[in-house]
Amino acid sequence: MHSPDATSIRDAVRNRSASAETVVAAHLRRIDCLNPRLNAFHEVFREQALDRARSIDAAVERGADPGPLAGVPIAIKDNIATTLGHTTCSSRMLEHYRSPFDATVVERLVAAGAVILGKTNLDEFAMGSSTEHCAWGPVRNPWDPSRVPGGSSGGSAAAVASDLCAVALGSDTGGSIRQPASLCGCVGLKPTYGRVSRYGLVAFGSSLDQIGPFARSVRDAALVLDAIAGLDPRDSTSADRLRESFERGLDEAPAPLRIGVPREYLSDANDPEVNRVIEEALDVYREAGATIVSVDLPLTDVGISTYYVIAPAEASSNLARFDGIRYGHRAAPKAGDELVDLYARSRAEGFGPEVQRRIMLGTYVLSSGYYDAYYDRALRVRRLIKQEFDRAFERCDAILGPTSPVPAFRAGEHSDPLSMYLCDVYTVNTNIAGICGISLPGGFTQRDGRDLPIGIQLQAPAFAEHVLLRIARVFERVRADHFRVAPVGAA
Amino acid sequence: MTDASLSAETVSHVAKLARLELPQERIDTYRKQLAGVLQHVTNLRAVDVEGVEPMAYPFESSNRLAEDEIAPPMSLDSLLMNAPATEGRFLAVPKVLANEE
Repeated sequence: MHSPDATSIRDAVRNRSASAETVVAAHLRRIDCLNPRLNAFHEVFREQALDRARSIDAAVERGADPGPLAGVPIAIKDNIATTLGHTTCSSRMLEHYRSPFDATVVERLVAAGAVILGKTNLDEFAMGSSTEHCAWGPVRNPWDPSRVPGGSSGGSAAAVASDLCAVALGSDTGGSIRQPASLCGCVGLKPTYGRVSRYGLVAFGSSLDQIGPFARSVRDAALVLDAIAGLDPRDSTSADRLRESFERGLDEAPAPLRIGVPREYLSDANDPEVNRVIEEALDVYREAGATIVSVDLPLTDVGISTYYVIAPAEASSNLARFDGIRYGHRAAPKAGDELVDLYARSRAEGFGPEVQRRIMLGTYVLSSGYYDAYYDRALRVRRLIKQEFDRAFERCDAILGPTSPVPAFRAGEHSDPLSMYLCDVYTVNTNIAGICGISLPGGFTQRDGRDLPIGIQLQAPAFAEHVLLRIARVFERVRADHFRVAPVGAA
Repeated sequence: MTDASLSAETVSHVAKLARLELPQERIDTYRKQLAGVLQHVTNLRAVDVEGVEPMAYPFESSNRLAEDEIAPPMSLDSLLMNAPATEGRFLAVPKVLANEE
C-alpha cells in the first residue's frame, strides 16, 4: 500500500484486505531507513508493535471488533506518558524515566486498536518552536533537512509528513502542534482546552496545554480526535460534553459559510509567499460559496507578551517538581551541601538553556514586586483576548490566516530567543482564549530548489471542532494535491 | 514598578528562587536574553485593563469532587523504579546537615 492514510489502513485491516502486521512492518522499515536522517523518533518499539499488530489481526480473524483505529501505526510525542519505553520530554532531566502509568490518550488509542510505533522528539519540555532544543539532537524537516520541522512537536510532525507513521500525537501550548504541521506540510489540530484529557501529559502550561493529532488528511485527524476526546475523571480540567463523532458528517459543509479574515493577520512582516497562500485559500473558499468577512483582532501582537508571561509563569511552577529527589536526574552530592544545593545542581545539570530561561522568566514575573505589573496584568489582557475572539465569531464561523509568518527556517537561524518567540504570533492567542485551531497544507513555495510547505490556519469557537473540521474539509476537497508525503531522500 | 533593564544581581536572585545553580557566564548570557524579552513584554502596559478581571483559565469551571471510594494504590515498585537511590522500601537521599542553632 503506497502511503495509505489511517482511514484506509483501518478499513483494510477491518475488512481483511491487509494485515496489521504487514502495515506495521512496512512502517518500521521506513523508520529504519529514514529516521537516522530525520531523528524524528527517540525510541522505536519494534517487537511490541509487531506483537500488538499480530493480536489485532488475531482479533479480526476470530470475528471480534478490532476497533475504529485497527492497525493504524501511530507515534506519541515523548512528553506523553507511556508504560512502554521511556518518557524523557527530550530532556537529560528525564533521560532514564519510565512512566508507571499510561496517559489517558494512550489507553484510549490502544483500546481503539492503534499500534504505537514509538516516542518522538520534541523541544525539551515542549518549550520551543524548532525542535532544536532537543537533548537527543535536532529533528530535520523532511522537505529540506537543513531546515527545522518547527516545534515543539517537531518529531511527530516530521514522522507523519514522511510517512514513518500514519498519524501522531503532539501537544500544543502556544502553537506546538499547528506550527510544525505548517512547516512540515501536514494537518495539525489543537482541540479546545478541556476537549482532550491532559492526564499523562507532562505539564508545561496547565491552562494552555492540549494534546492533539497530526495527520495527512482531515478525516484522519477527526478519527484520532474521536478516539482520544472526552471527559476524564483523572483530569479535572477536562470538559463534560456529549459524545459526538467528529468523523460523521465531515463532508457536509456548513451553509451559509462565513470565513473571517483579520487584517492584522495579513501583515507586511509575513514572508510574502505566506500572504500569497492565504489569498489563494480565500479564493478557494469564495469559489466554494463562502462569504469572506473582515474581522478585527487588534490584540494579535500583544498575544506574544501575554503568552510569554503566562506560559513561563506556569512552567516555573510545574517544573518545580524536578528536584532530583524522587525521580529524574540527581546531581552527585558534594561535601557541605545543603538540600537546596542538591536541588540547584540537579536542575542546572538536568535542564537545557531554553528551559532554564523560561523557568527564570516565570519566576521573575511571579516574584514580589513584579507580579502585578506582569502576571496579573497578563491575565487581564487574557480575558480581553478571549472577548475579542467572541466578538469576531459573532460575524463568522471560522477565522482564516497564516499558521506561521514564515516557512521552515534554517537550523540556527533564530539563535536569539525573542526572535524565535515572535514566530508564534498567530498561534498563541488560540491557547490563551482556549478555542480550537487547525493547520492545513495551504500551499508551497520554492527555496533552494526545494518545495517548502506553507500552512493555513483555521480557528473556531470553543467546542466547535465539528464545524472546524468540516470547514477544513472544504479546502481539502479542492486542494487534495497539497496533502501529500514529503519526498525524503529525493535528490 | 517594572525594571526593563535587568541587573546581574536580579538574575542571580531569580536563579536562587528557581533553584538553579548558574555559573557566571550563564548569568551574563541569560541577563541579556531575558532583558530583551522583558523589554518586549512591556507592551502589555499599553493595553487598557480598567475594570477587567484576571482570567487564569479559559473557562469558568467549578470543582468536581470524586466519590470517597477506596481504590488500590499504585505499587511501591512502580513508584520506586525511577528513584535515584533506594534503601529497601525507602527513597534514599544524601544526609543533609541541618544548622543547629
